[in-house]
Amino acid sequence: MAKQVGMEVGIAAAEAVGLCNIDMAAVYPITPQSHIAEHLSDIVADGRIDAEFVTVESEHTSISCVSGASATGARVYTATSSQGLMYMHEILPIVSAMRLPVVMGNANRAISGPINIWNDHSDIMPQRDAGWIVFFAESGQEVVDMTIQSFKIAEDNDVMLPVCLNMDGFQLTHTVELIEFPDQKEVDKFLPVRKPFATLHPDHPISMGTLGMPEIYAESRKSQDEALINSKKTIFKVWDEWEEMFGRRYKPVETYLAEDAEILLLTMGSMGETAEIAIDELRKKGMRVGLVKLRLWRPFPFEELKAVVKKAKLLIVTDRAVSFGGSGGPVFIEIKSALYHEKERPLVYNSIIGLGGRDVPVRDFVKLIEEAAKSGEKGIIKDYEYYGVRG
Amino acid sequence: MSIIENFDLFAPKLIDKKEYFCPGHRACQGCGEALAIRLMCKALGPDTVIANGTGCMEVISSFYPTTAWELPWIHLAFENAAAVGSGVEAGLKVLRRKGRIPDRDVKAVAIAGDGGTMDIGMQALSGAMERGHDMLYVCLDNEAYMNTGIQRSSGTPMGASTTTSPAGKVIQGKQEWKKNVPEIMVAHNVPYVATASPSYPFDFMNKVKKARKVKGPSYIHCLSVCPTGWRSASEETIKLGRLAVETGVFPLYEVEDGKYKMTIEMDELRPVEDYLKRQGRFRHLTPEQTEKIQAKVSQEYNKLLDKVHGLHSWSDLEFEWGLFE
Ligand SMILES: Cc1ncc(C[n+]2csc(CCOP(=O)(O)OP(=O)(O)O)c2C)c(N)n1
Ligand code: SF4
Ligand SMILES: [Mg+2]
Repeated sequence: MAKQVGMEVGIAAAEAVGLCNIDMAAVYPITPQSHIAEHLSDIVADGRIDAEFVTVESEHTSISCVSGASATGARVYTATSSQGLMYMHEILPIVSAMRLPVVMGNANRAISGPINIWNDHSDIMPQRDAGWIVFFAESGQEVVDMTIQSFKIAEDNDVMLPVCLNMDGFQLTHTVELIEFPDQKEVDKFLPVRKPFATLHPDHPISMGTLGMPEIYAESRKSQDEALINSKKTIFKVWDEWEEMFGRRYKPVETYLAEDAEILLLTMGSMGETAEIAIDELRKKGMRVGLVKLRLWRPFPFEELKAVVKKAKLLIVTDRAVSFGGSGGPVFIEIKSALYHEKERPLVYNSIIGLGGRDVPVRDFVKLIEEAAKSGEKGIIKDYEYYGVRG
Repeated sequence: MSIIENFDLFAPKLIDKKEYFCPGHRACQGCGEALAIRLMCKALGPDTVIANGTGCMEVISSFYPTTAWELPWIHLAFENAAAVGSGVEAGLKVLRRKGRIPDRDVKAVAIAGDGGTMDIGMQALSGAMERGHDMLYVCLDNEAYMNTGIQRSSGTPMGASTTTSPAGKVIQGKQEWKKNVPEIMVAHNVPYVATASPSYPFDFMNKVKKARKVKGPSYIHCLSVCPTGWRSASEETIKLGRLAVETGVFPLYEVEDGKYKMTIEMDELRPVEDYLKRQGRFRHLTPEQTEKIQAKVSQEYNKLLDKVHGLHSWSDLEFEWGLFE
């Protein structure tokens, strides 16, 4: 029987990686990811798994190093945050283009400047077009489950793409939660040893990462896009298998009291749990509100999202990053353009909220929804607003 | 018997006839880097995986859907050959230990140009060497960023004109001395460091073979003549490589467990002018400037000789790479 334990989520993430029996990890420390790096090194140093733990000199090297190891057929992991992810930026699209399975945990943190170690999503949003599969976890349980799922998805020979699992820094990584860990045997059954499609080995020499001239570059980009879109099938299949084995259901778009809602709030990551309480309060006041939680950011689940929001009158999209000089936050831009051709669609309102660790308690969600509802009734919707920001 | 038949008779005893870096690649005529790679691969043999940084050699060898590589080969970016190579090493090591690949000694080898090594790749190289991966790193030093059009690097020699250190009316060519990366590698306590040149093919291949046997990191710095960037005649590549050694501009030595040894000894050095005057990149130099370069070359050469005569091997100290293996 699987056991439940109280554990800090960052530590739990490393435990999940250990359960996956990785062959190799290369990690460079950065707050608030460091506990993952430290605990993973404990797991290796104590001989709980047989893996190479490469203590690299930078994130540019951690991502390059795990890519080299993945190309030999190893199961590899890295984790980072904020400036570390920004430092990897150059290499991220190469990893996906080369179809190298890599799993990366990202402890979401604001990017400089000003320098700030606290939580928002401004680190992952600039990586949007890197061609990775991108998940957001809401709870410690999801971090553990989705870490294990990520390896199975990344290494599937129909996918062969890197996966980034986002977990909010501090709010999630440093919170102690009650988490159910699957047994090692069950994980081994769910996630057998990696069977790579092609590897770097003298017995069958191949060239990886060759030069693409204009005659081939565009085709290679298109096929990569198709591969990412197609990965949805495998993601759903893996989630079905997970539910069958472990009983917990995963969907690309989660909802809470959304079926009959006129007003919907959309969140990503750990804010969802707080937002649920706000929805409960407003429901008590008689407002028909509901919550939509986006778990899968890339490939974007267009059909699933459209189906969930089409009956609503107003959709409030929260963004935890800024697209300077753009028409709103990155999540809002994505969703608004996705809904443009729909006959049935809600008004879309954008609130930029919770930047750089600014706390968003229940009362703020309540206020945000009430104010947006008022302007929505009048049909006046500004492109985007910063919630509760001075000046 | 024709010369070619003679070659067929004797060469296989000295040199692997198999090509691992194949003809048909797109390097310029007389490219010293391409020749160096060809020899390097022969010395390494088939049980090798190459990690290549962006630069001339990656570009000329890997036009999709063709490849010049008969060895497993990977390229990600410009500055990370050492990082990718160390990942390859870690991957091969753990998979071999776990019985997932054949139980054979496959060597990870990282290669990059002077730009990819001495400038933008310095951090990744230093990190990999400090961590002590069982990996050979070969720097193909043609003394500029050739792939992007002959821009200056920290490997460009003093006075050389490049497209970003031009011979202008006021400032003439590069104003700084070449960075000494082999010394930086020695300072990392790398068990085997050597300089090499394809103009001395057997010296070069012997060094590659030695480096391949090292259990731990090794570094070879290979001066590779680039006729396009040096403004030299393509048929002079071998000769220029030899002149670099004969003038003391680029001495060939190795440092084994801390012990320096000249592998090609010169009774007397030729004047640097013999080397400089055959290259368009030094055409603008005045006799005074050439004299300054001569003085520096002599000084550096003497410094090196002091080390050759003065420093002992670590093996006297029973040095071993790695404490627990
Ligand atoms: C991060 C980054 N900066 C710049 C470049 C452009 N670039 C590609 S190759 C190269 C120079 C390569 O010089 P070197 O390493 O000496 O190799 P060579 O071509 O001379 O053999 C440069 C500047 C790049 N690809 N990536
Ligand atoms: S530019 Fe120089 S290094 Fe590059 S291929 Fe031509 S000769 Fe070789
Ligand atoms: Mg160069």
